[in-house]
Amino acid sequence: MIAILDYGSGNLRSAERAFAITGQEVVLTSDPAIALEADGLVVPGVGAFSSCMNGINAINGGSIVQERVAKERPVLGICIGMQILFTHGTEGTEGIEGTEGKLGSENSKAKPHVGIGLFEGVVDRLNAPILPHMGWNTVEADPKSLLLKGIENQSFYFVHSYAAKQPAGKVQSWSFHGERFLSVVEDEYVSATQFHPEKSGTAGLALIKNWVGSL
Amino acid sequence: MGLSVRIIPCLDVTDGRVVKGINFTNLVDAGDPVEMASLYDREGADELTFLDISASSSNRETTLDIVRKTAEQVFIPLTVGGGIRSVSDVDKLLRAGADKVSINTSAIARPELIAEIADRFGSQVLVISVDARRARTESGFEVTTHGGRESSGLDALRWVEKACQLGAGEILLNSMDADGTRAGYDIGMITAVRQVTKVPLIASGGAGTLSDFAAALDAGANALLAASVFHFGTHRIGDVKAYLDKHNYPVRNVVVT
Repeated sequence: MIAILDYGSGNLRSAERAFAITGQEVVLTSDPAIALEADGLVVPGVGAFSSCMNGINAINGGSIVQERVAKERPVLGICIGMQILFTHGTEGTEGIEGTEGKLGSENSKAKPHVGIGLFEGVVDRLNAPILPHMGWNTVEADPKSLLLKGIENQSFYFVHSYAAKQPAGKVQSWSFHGERFLSVVEDEYVSATQFHPEKSGTAGLALIKNWVGSL
Repeated sequence: MGLSVRIIPCLDVTDGRVVKGINFTNLVDAGDPVEMASLYDREGADELTFLDISASSSNRETTLDIVRKTAEQVFIPLTVGGGIRSVSDVDKLLRAGADKVSINTSAIARPELIAEIADRFGSQVLVISVDARRARTESGFEVTTHGGRESSGLDALRWVEKACQLGAGEILLNSMDADGTRAGYDIGMITAVRQVTKVPLIASGGAGTLSDFAAALDAGANALLAASVFHFGTHRIGDVKAYLDKHNYPVRNVVVT
Protein backbone atom coordinates (compact mmCIF):
# COMPACT_ATOMS: atom_id res chain seq x y z
CA MET A 1 0.00 0.00 0.00
CA ILE A 2 1.16 3.49 -0.87
CA ALA A 3 0.26 6.45 1.29
CA ILE A 4 0.20 9.99 -0.08
CA LEU A 5 0.68 12.45 2.74
CA ASP A 6 -2.30 14.80 2.76
CA TYR A 7 -1.45 18.03 4.51
CA GLY A 8 -3.64 20.36 2.47
CA SER A 9 -1.37 20.71 -0.53
CA GLY A 10 -3.06 21.40 -3.88
CA ASN A 11 -3.94 18.78 -6.47
CA LEU A 12 -3.49 15.35 -4.90
CA ARG A 13 -5.94 13.64 -7.18
CA SER A 14 -3.48 13.34 -10.06
CA ALA A 15 -0.87 11.83 -7.76
CA GLU A 16 -3.41 9.39 -6.35
CA ARG A 17 -4.43 8.24 -9.83
CA ALA A 18 -0.89 8.05 -11.18
CA PHE A 19 0.33 5.84 -8.34
CA ALA A 20 -2.83 3.70 -8.56
CA ILE A 21 -1.95 2.86 -12.18
CA THR A 22 0.85 0.65 -10.84
CA GLY A 23 -1.85 -1.62 -9.38
CA GLN A 24 -1.01 -0.67 -5.81
CA GLU A 25 -3.61 0.37 -3.30
CA VAL A 26 -3.23 4.13 -2.76
CA VAL A 27 -4.55 6.17 0.14
CA LEU A 28 -4.49 9.90 0.82
CA THR A 29 -3.87 10.25 4.51
CA SER A 30 -2.77 12.53 7.31
CA ASP A 31 -3.00 9.66 9.82
CA PRO A 32 0.52 9.08 11.25
CA ALA A 33 -0.10 5.35 11.80
CA ILE A 34 -1.05 4.75 8.16
CA ALA A 35 1.71 7.02 6.84
CA LEU A 36 4.25 5.15 8.97
CA GLU A 37 3.15 1.63 8.06
CA ALA A 38 2.62 2.06 4.30
CA ASP A 39 5.07 0.28 1.96
CA GLY A 40 5.87 3.65 0.43
CA LEU A 41 5.12 7.21 1.51
CA VAL A 42 4.77 10.00 -1.04
CA VAL A 43 5.31 13.57 0.19
CA PRO A 44 3.73 15.89 -2.40
CA GLY A 45 3.85 19.66 -2.28
CA VAL A 46 2.93 22.80 -4.17
CA GLY A 47 3.05 26.44 -3.16
CA ALA A 48 5.67 28.02 -0.95
CA PHE A 49 8.32 26.25 1.18
CA SER A 50 7.09 27.84 4.40
CA SER A 51 3.40 27.13 3.81
CA CYS A 52 4.24 23.50 3.02
CA MET A 53 6.30 23.25 6.22
CA ASN A 54 3.40 24.76 8.17
CA GLY A 55 1.13 22.09 6.72
CA ILE A 56 3.68 19.35 7.45
CA ASN A 57 4.24 20.56 11.00
CA ALA A 58 0.50 20.69 11.67
CA ILE A 59 0.30 16.92 11.20
CA ASN A 60 3.75 16.22 12.66
CA GLY A 61 4.82 15.10 9.20
CA GLY A 62 8.51 15.73 9.80
CA SER A 63 8.60 13.09 12.52
CA ILE A 64 6.71 10.64 10.34
CA VAL A 65 9.26 11.05 7.55
CA GLN A 66 12.24 10.84 9.93
CA GLU A 67 10.86 7.76 11.64
CA ARG A 68 10.16 6.00 8.34
CA VAL A 69 13.70 6.56 7.16
CA ALA A 70 15.08 5.36 10.50
CA LYS A 71 13.00 2.19 10.05
CA GLU A 72 14.23 1.81 6.45
CA ARG A 73 10.84 2.48 4.87
CA PRO A 74 10.88 4.32 1.53
CA VAL A 75 9.82 7.94 1.12
CA LEU A 76 9.41 9.84 -2.17
CA GLY A 77 9.27 13.64 -2.15
CA ILE A 78 7.78 15.50 -5.12
CA CYS A 79 8.46 19.15 -6.03
CA ILE A 80 8.14 21.21 -2.81
CA GLY A 81 7.90 17.78 -1.15
CA MET A 82 11.52 17.34 -2.26
CA GLN A 83 12.58 20.82 -1.18
CA ILE A 84 11.29 20.46 2.38
CA LEU A 85 13.47 17.35 2.84
CA PHE A 86 16.45 19.73 2.95
CA THR A 87 17.64 21.56 6.04
CA HIS A 88 16.71 25.05 4.84
CA GLY A 89 14.78 27.03 2.22
CA THR A 90 15.16 30.73 1.48
CA GLU A 91 11.81 31.29 -0.27
CA GLY A 92 10.13 34.42 1.06
CA THR A 93 13.13 35.42 3.19
CA GLU A 94 15.36 37.00 0.57
CA GLY A 95 14.55 40.63 1.23
CA ILE A 96 16.14 42.93 -1.31
CA GLU A 97 15.99 41.75 -4.89
CA GLY A 98 19.30 40.57 -6.24
CA THR A 99 20.55 39.26 -2.93
CA GLU A 100 18.47 36.10 -3.07
CA GLY A 101 19.84 33.19 -1.20
CA LYS A 102 23.04 34.79 -0.03
CA LEU A 103 22.88 33.35 3.40
CA GLY A 104 24.36 35.58 6.03
CA SER A 105 24.54 38.46 3.60
CA GLU A 106 23.89 41.83 5.15
CA ASN A 107 20.90 42.27 2.92
CA SER A 108 19.14 39.11 4.03
CA LYS A 109 16.00 40.20 5.78
CA ALA A 110 15.20 37.03 7.62
CA LYS A 111 16.66 33.65 8.43
CA PRO A 112 15.84 30.87 5.98
CA HIS A 113 12.96 28.56 6.78
CA VAL A 114 13.78 25.27 8.44
CA GLY A 115 12.96 22.06 6.57
CA ILE A 116 12.69 18.43 7.66
CA GLY A 117 16.45 18.13 7.28
CA LEU A 118 17.07 14.68 5.79
CA PHE A 119 19.43 16.31 3.31
CA GLU A 120 21.98 18.91 4.24
CA GLY A 121 21.61 22.00 2.10
CA VAL A 122 19.75 25.17 1.24
CA VAL A 123 16.94 25.37 -1.31
CA ASP A 124 17.49 28.65 -3.04
CA ARG A 125 16.05 30.82 -5.83
CA LEU A 126 17.13 29.86 -9.34
CA ASN A 127 19.18 32.45 -11.12
CA ALA A 128 17.20 32.47 -14.39
CA PRO A 129 15.67 35.15 -16.62
CA ILE A 130 12.17 33.61 -16.59
CA LEU A 131 10.64 32.28 -13.39
CA PRO A 132 8.86 30.11 -12.40
CA HIS A 133 10.75 27.38 -14.27
CA MET A 134 7.59 26.01 -15.83
CA GLY A 135 7.35 23.28 -18.40
CA TRP A 136 9.11 20.19 -19.72
CA ASN A 137 12.83 19.85 -19.24
CA THR A 138 15.39 17.10 -19.58
CA VAL A 139 17.41 15.43 -16.84
CA GLU A 140 21.09 14.56 -16.89
CA ALA A 141 20.58 11.14 -15.33
CA ASP A 142 23.17 9.55 -13.09
CA PRO A 143 23.86 6.08 -14.57
CA LYS A 144 23.20 4.62 -11.10
CA SER A 145 19.72 6.15 -10.93
CA LEU A 146 17.00 3.56 -10.35
CA LEU A 147 14.16 6.04 -10.74
CA LEU A 148 15.29 7.16 -14.21
CA LYS A 149 16.13 3.68 -15.49
CA GLY A 150 14.84 3.32 -19.03
CA ILE A 151 13.68 6.95 -19.23
CA GLU A 152 17.06 8.68 -19.12
CA ASN A 153 16.39 10.75 -22.24
CA GLN A 154 12.82 11.78 -21.50
CA SER A 155 11.48 15.17 -20.41
CA PHE A 156 9.58 15.82 -17.20
CA TYR A 157 7.24 18.60 -16.06
CA PHE A 158 8.69 21.19 -13.69
CA VAL A 159 6.99 24.06 -11.86
CA HIS A 160 9.21 25.85 -9.34
CA SER A 161 11.36 28.91 -8.74
CA TYR A 162 13.64 27.48 -6.06
CA ALA A 163 15.89 24.43 -6.09
CA ALA A 164 18.78 22.68 -4.37
CA LYS A 165 22.00 23.46 -6.17
CA GLN A 166 24.47 21.42 -4.15
CA PRO A 167 24.89 17.64 -4.16
CA ALA A 168 22.79 15.65 -1.68
CA GLY A 169 22.22 11.94 -1.15
CA LYS A 170 24.08 9.08 -2.81
CA VAL A 171 22.86 9.43 -6.40
CA GLN A 172 22.20 12.77 -8.06
CA SER A 173 20.66 13.76 -11.40
CA TRP A 174 20.67 17.34 -12.58
CA SER A 175 18.71 19.73 -14.77
CA PHE A 176 19.37 23.21 -16.08
CA HIS A 177 17.31 26.40 -16.03
CA GLY A 178 19.47 29.50 -15.81
CA GLU A 179 21.82 27.35 -13.75
CA ARG A 180 22.32 23.69 -12.85
CA PHE A 181 20.15 22.31 -10.09
CA LEU A 182 19.36 18.98 -8.47
CA SER A 183 16.32 17.45 -10.15
CA VAL A 184 16.44 13.91 -8.73
CA VAL A 185 18.09 12.72 -5.56
CA GLU A 186 18.21 9.09 -4.47
CA ASP A 187 19.53 7.85 -1.16
CA GLU A 188 18.96 4.52 0.57
CA TYR A 189 15.33 4.99 1.53
CA VAL A 190 14.69 8.57 0.48
CA SER A 191 14.14 9.63 -3.11
CA ALA A 192 12.87 12.91 -4.44
CA THR A 193 12.13 14.63 -7.72
CA GLN A 194 11.98 18.38 -8.30
CA PHE A 195 9.63 17.74 -11.24
CA HIS A 196 6.12 16.29 -11.06
CA PRO A 197 6.19 12.64 -12.23
CA GLU A 198 2.39 12.51 -11.86
CA LYS A 199 2.18 15.29 -14.47
CA SER A 200 4.91 14.04 -16.78
CA GLY A 201 2.89 11.79 -19.04
CA THR A 202 4.20 8.30 -19.85
CA ALA A 203 7.75 9.17 -18.72
CA GLY A 204 6.43 10.19 -15.31
CA LEU A 205 4.35 7.04 -14.99
CA ALA A 206 7.46 5.00 -15.84
CA LEU A 207 9.36 6.73 -13.03
CA ILE A 208 6.53 6.02 -10.61
CA LYS A 209 6.62 2.35 -11.65
CA ASN A 210 10.38 2.30 -11.07
CA TRP A 211 9.91 3.62 -7.55
CA VAL A 212 7.00 1.33 -6.72
CA GLY A 213 9.00 -1.61 -8.11
CA SER A 214 11.81 -0.83 -5.67
CA LEU A 215 9.59 -0.98 -2.58
CA MET B 1 18.67 20.76 -24.06
CA GLY B 2 16.93 22.94 -21.50
CA LEU B 3 13.34 23.93 -21.13
CA SER B 4 11.06 23.09 -24.05
CA VAL B 5 8.54 25.48 -25.51
CA ARG B 6 5.03 24.38 -24.65
CA ILE B 7 2.25 23.74 -27.14
CA ILE B 8 -1.14 24.06 -25.46
CA PRO B 9 -4.45 23.23 -27.14
CA CYS B 10 -7.41 25.08 -25.64
CA LEU B 11 -10.84 23.45 -25.42
CA ASP B 12 -13.89 25.68 -25.05
CA VAL B 13 -16.46 23.84 -23.00
CA THR B 14 -20.11 24.54 -22.31
CA ASP B 15 -22.71 22.24 -20.76
CA GLY B 16 -20.10 19.52 -20.59
CA ARG B 17 -19.35 19.61 -24.32
CA VAL B 18 -16.56 21.04 -26.42
CA VAL B 19 -18.16 23.66 -28.62
CA LYS B 20 -15.74 24.31 -31.44
CA GLY B 21 -15.96 21.49 -33.94
CA ILE B 22 -13.21 18.98 -34.15
CA ASN B 23 -12.18 17.58 -37.48
CA PHE B 24 -10.56 14.38 -36.36
CA THR B 25 -11.88 11.20 -37.85
CA ASN B 26 -10.51 8.94 -35.14
CA LEU B 27 -12.78 10.29 -32.43
CA VAL B 28 -15.88 8.42 -31.39
CA ASP B 29 -17.43 11.56 -29.97
CA ALA B 30 -15.85 14.80 -31.16
CA GLY B 31 -17.58 16.85 -28.50
CA ASP B 32 -16.48 14.89 -25.47
CA PRO B 33 -13.87 16.93 -23.55
CA VAL B 34 -12.33 13.94 -21.81
CA GLU B 35 -11.84 12.03 -25.03
CA MET B 36 -10.41 15.09 -26.75
CA ALA B 37 -8.06 15.79 -23.86
CA SER B 38 -6.84 12.25 -24.10
CA LEU B 39 -6.32 12.52 -27.86
CA TYR B 40 -4.32 15.73 -27.56
CA ASP B 41 -2.22 14.12 -24.85
CA ARG B 42 -1.40 11.21 -27.18
CA GLU B 43 -0.54 13.69 -29.93
CA GLY B 44 2.05 15.35 -27.72
CA ALA B 45 0.31 18.36 -26.16
CA ASP B 46 2.48 19.74 -23.37
CA GLU B 47 -0.47 21.01 -21.34
CA LEU B 48 -4.22 21.29 -21.76
CA THR B 49 -6.54 24.20 -21.11
CA PHE B 50 -10.29 23.96 -20.57
CA LEU B 51 -12.19 27.20 -20.86
CA ASP B 52 -15.69 27.04 -19.41
CA ILE B 53 -17.33 29.60 -21.68
CA SER B 54 -20.76 29.35 -20.15
CA ALA B 55 -19.38 29.64 -16.64
CA SER B 56 -22.82 29.80 -15.09
CA SER B 57 -23.34 28.42 -11.63
CA SER B 58 -25.44 25.54 -12.94
CA ASN B 59 -22.49 24.47 -15.06
CA ARG B 60 -19.91 24.48 -12.27
CA GLU B 61 -20.60 20.92 -11.22
CA THR B 62 -20.43 19.74 -14.84
CA THR B 63 -17.04 21.39 -15.26
CA LEU B 64 -15.74 19.86 -12.04
CA ASP B 65 -16.89 16.48 -13.29
CA ILE B 66 -15.02 16.94 -16.60
CA VAL B 67 -11.88 17.93 -14.70
CA ARG B 68 -12.19 14.86 -12.46
CA LYS B 69 -12.61 12.48 -15.37
CA THR B 70 -9.77 14.08 -17.35
CA ALA B 71 -7.37 14.01 -14.40
CA GLU B 72 -8.06 10.30 -14.04
CA GLN B 73 -6.62 9.44 -17.41
CA VAL B 74 -4.51 12.32 -18.66
CA PHE B 75 -1.24 12.87 -16.80
CA ILE B 76 -0.14 16.24 -18.14
CA PRO B 77 -0.87 19.65 -16.61
CA LEU B 78 -4.42 20.88 -16.83
CA THR B 79 -5.48 24.53 -16.61
CA VAL B 80 -9.11 25.50 -16.15
CA GLY B 81 -10.57 28.95 -16.75
CA GLY B 82 -13.95 30.61 -16.82
CA GLY B 83 -16.16 31.95 -14.07
CA ILE B 84 -13.61 31.68 -11.24
CA ARG B 85 -14.39 34.37 -8.68
CA SER B 86 -13.02 33.22 -5.35
CA VAL B 87 -10.39 31.23 -3.50
CA SER B 88 -13.07 28.66 -2.84
CA ASP B 89 -13.71 28.22 -6.59
CA VAL B 90 -9.98 27.59 -7.06
CA ASP B 91 -9.88 25.11 -4.20
CA LYS B 92 -12.70 23.06 -5.74
CA LEU B 93 -10.98 22.93 -9.13
CA LEU B 94 -7.61 21.91 -7.68
CA ARG B 95 -9.26 19.21 -5.60
CA ALA B 96 -11.01 17.92 -8.72
CA GLY B 97 -7.61 17.53 -10.41
CA ALA B 98 -6.79 20.87 -12.07
CA ASP B 99 -3.19 22.04 -11.72
CA LYS B 100 -3.73 25.67 -12.59
CA VAL B 101 -6.57 28.10 -12.97
CA SER B 102 -6.84 30.99 -15.34
CA ILE B 103 -8.67 34.15 -14.32
CA ASN B 104 -9.57 37.22 -16.30
CA THR B 105 -12.64 39.37 -15.61
CA SER B 106 -12.77 38.63 -11.89
CA ALA B 107 -9.15 39.78 -11.47
CA ILE B 108 -9.91 43.03 -13.30
CA ALA B 109 -12.96 43.59 -11.11
CA ARG B 110 -11.06 42.77 -7.93
CA PRO B 111 -7.25 42.62 -8.32
CA GLU B 112 -6.77 41.46 -4.70
CA LEU B 113 -8.14 38.11 -5.82
CA ILE B 114 -4.74 37.50 -7.46
CA ALA B 115 -2.92 37.91 -4.17
CA GLU B 116 -5.51 35.84 -2.30
CA ILE B 117 -5.10 32.89 -4.68
CA ALA B 118 -1.29 33.19 -4.82
CA ASP B 119 -1.00 33.37 -1.02
CA ARG B 120 -3.15 30.32 -0.52
CA PHE B 121 -1.97 28.02 -3.31
CA GLY B 122 1.21 29.60 -4.67
CA SER B 123 1.74 31.69 -7.80
CA GLN B 124 2.33 28.58 -9.90
CA VAL B 125 -1.40 27.76 -9.91
CA LEU B 126 -2.39 31.13 -11.28
CA VAL B 127 -2.54 32.12 -14.93
CA ILE B 128 -3.73 35.67 -15.57
CA SER B 129 -5.53 35.76 -18.88
CA VAL B 130 -5.29 39.13 -20.61
CA ASP B 131 -7.58 39.87 -23.56
CA ALA B 132 -5.82 42.81 -25.16
CA ARG B 133 -6.13 44.88 -28.32
CA ARG B 134 -4.42 47.83 -29.91
CA ALA B 135 -5.84 51.14 -28.70
CA ARG B 136 -4.83 54.68 -27.84
CA THR B 137 -3.66 53.98 -24.33
CA GLU B 138 -0.28 54.79 -22.80
CA SER B 139 1.40 51.72 -24.26
CA GLY B 140 -0.85 51.37 -27.30
CA PHE B 141 -2.51 48.23 -25.93
CA GLU B 142 -5.59 48.02 -23.75
CA VAL B 143 -7.31 45.28 -21.79
CA THR B 144 -10.79 44.33 -22.94
CA THR B 145 -13.60 42.39 -21.30
CA HIS B 146 -16.53 40.38 -22.62
CA GLY B 147 -14.47 38.61 -25.26
CA GLY B 148 -12.96 41.79 -26.64
CA ARG B 149 -16.21 43.67 -27.05
CA GLU B 150 -15.72 46.17 -24.25
CA SER B 151 -12.83 48.26 -23.01
CA SER B 152 -11.81 47.80 -19.40
CA GLY B 153 -10.07 51.16 -19.38
CA LEU B 154 -6.83 49.47 -18.30
CA ASP B 155 -3.55 49.80 -20.14
CA ALA B 156 -2.42 46.26 -20.98
CA LEU B 157 1.23 46.66 -19.99
CA ARG B 158 0.41 48.38 -16.69
CA TRP B 159 -2.11 45.63 -15.94
CA VAL B 160 0.41 42.86 -16.62
CA GLU B 161 2.92 44.57 -14.31
CA LYS B 162 0.33 44.90 -11.58
CA ALA B 163 -0.89 41.32 -11.94
CA CYS B 164 2.69 40.04 -11.65
CA GLN B 165 3.36 42.16 -8.56
CA LEU B 166 0.22 40.71 -6.97
CA GLY B 167 1.35 37.14 -7.65
CA ALA B 168 0.51 35.98 -11.17
CA GLY B 169 2.56 32.89 -12.04
CA GLU B 170 2.01 33.13 -15.79
CA ILE B 171 0.48 35.50 -18.32
CA LEU B 172 -1.80 34.23 -21.07
CA LEU B 173 -1.85 37.00 -23.65
CA ASN B 174 -4.78 36.84 -26.05
CA SER B 175 -4.78 39.23 -28.96
CA MET B 176 -8.38 40.28 -29.61
CA ASP B 177 -7.32 41.82 -32.92
CA ALA B 178 -5.64 38.65 -34.17
CA ASP B 179 -8.05 36.13 -32.63
CA GLY B 180 -9.71 34.01 -35.25
CA THR B 181 -7.92 35.66 -38.18
CA ARG B 182 -5.22 32.98 -38.56
CA ALA B 183 -3.06 35.85 -39.85
CA GLY B 184 -0.40 35.33 -37.20
CA TYR B 185 0.11 36.28 -33.56
CA ASP B 186 0.33 39.99 -32.67
CA ILE B 187 4.11 40.06 -32.54
CA GLY B 188 4.32 43.70 -31.43
CA MET B 189 2.08 42.99 -28.47
CA ILE B 190 4.05 39.91 -27.40
CA THR B 191 7.30 41.87 -27.65
CA ALA B 192 5.89 44.71 -25.55
CA VAL B 193 4.49 42.47 -22.82
CA ARG B 194 7.73 40.45 -22.68
CA GLN B 195 9.52 43.66 -21.70
CA VAL B 196 7.46 44.13 -18.55
CA THR B 197 7.29 40.65 -17.05
CA LYS B 198 9.64 37.83 -16.07
CA VAL B 199 6.95 35.18 -15.61
CA PRO B 200 6.28 32.70 -18.43
CA LEU B 201 4.30 34.20 -21.29
CA ILE B 202 1.75 32.19 -23.25
CA ALA B 203 0.81 33.67 -26.63
CA SER B 204 -2.68 33.19 -27.98
CA GLY B 205 -4.74 34.42 -30.91
CA GLY B 206 -3.99 34.42 -34.60
CA ALA B 207 -2.01 31.23 -35.18
CA GLY B 208 -2.29 30.25 -38.83
CA THR B 209 0.86 29.00 -40.52
CA LEU B 210 3.62 26.98 -38.86
CA SER B 211 6.00 29.93 -39.09
CA ASP B 212 3.55 31.96 -36.96
CA PHE B 213 4.37 29.76 -33.98
CA ALA B 214 8.11 30.36 -34.42
CA ALA B 215 7.58 34.13 -34.75
CA ALA B 216 5.76 34.27 -31.41
CA LEU B 217 8.64 32.43 -29.74
CA ASP B 218 11.14 34.84 -31.29
CA ALA B 219 9.11 37.72 -29.81
CA GLY B 220 9.52 36.23 -26.34
CA ALA B 221 6.65 33.80 -25.79
CA ASN B 222 7.48 30.68 -23.77
CA ALA B 223 4.37 28.77 -24.70
CA LEU B 224 1.83 28.80 -27.52
CA LEU B 225 -1.86 28.29 -27.07
CA ALA B 226 -4.18 27.62 -29.97
CA ALA B 227 -7.69 26.34 -30.47
CA SER B 228 -9.11 26.30 -33.97
CA VAL B 229 -5.95 25.37 -35.92
CA PHE B 230 -5.77 22.20 -33.85
CA HIS B 231 -9.51 21.49 -33.61
CA PHE B 232 -10.08 21.80 -37.33
CA GLY B 233 -7.01 19.77 -38.12
CA THR B 234 -5.22 22.59 -39.99
CA HIS B 235 -2.14 21.55 -38.05
CA ARG B 236 -1.60 18.58 -35.80
CA ILE B 237 0.42 19.19 -32.66
CA GLY B 238 3.08 16.87 -34.05
CA ASP B 239 3.39 19.07 -37.17
CA VAL B 240 4.03 22.16 -35.07
CA LYS B 241 6.61 20.35 -32.98
CA ALA B 242 8.36 18.88 -36.01
CA TYR B 243 8.54 22.33 -37.62
CA LEU B 244 9.91 23.95 -34.47
CA ASP B 245 12.40 21.12 -33.93
CA LYS B 246 13.64 21.49 -37.50
CA HIS B 247 14.20 25.18 -36.83
CA ASN B 248 16.13 24.48 -33.64
CA TYR B 249 13.54 25.43 -31.04
CA PRO B 250 13.57 23.07 -28.06
CA VAL B 251 10.50 20.82 -28.12
CA ARG B 252 9.67 17.84 -25.97
CA ASN B 253 10.23 14.36 -27.31
CA VAL B 254 6.93 12.80 -28.02
CA VAL B 255 6.69 9.28 -26.72
CA VAL B 256 5.03 7.16 -29.35
CA THR B 257 2.73 4.68 -27.67
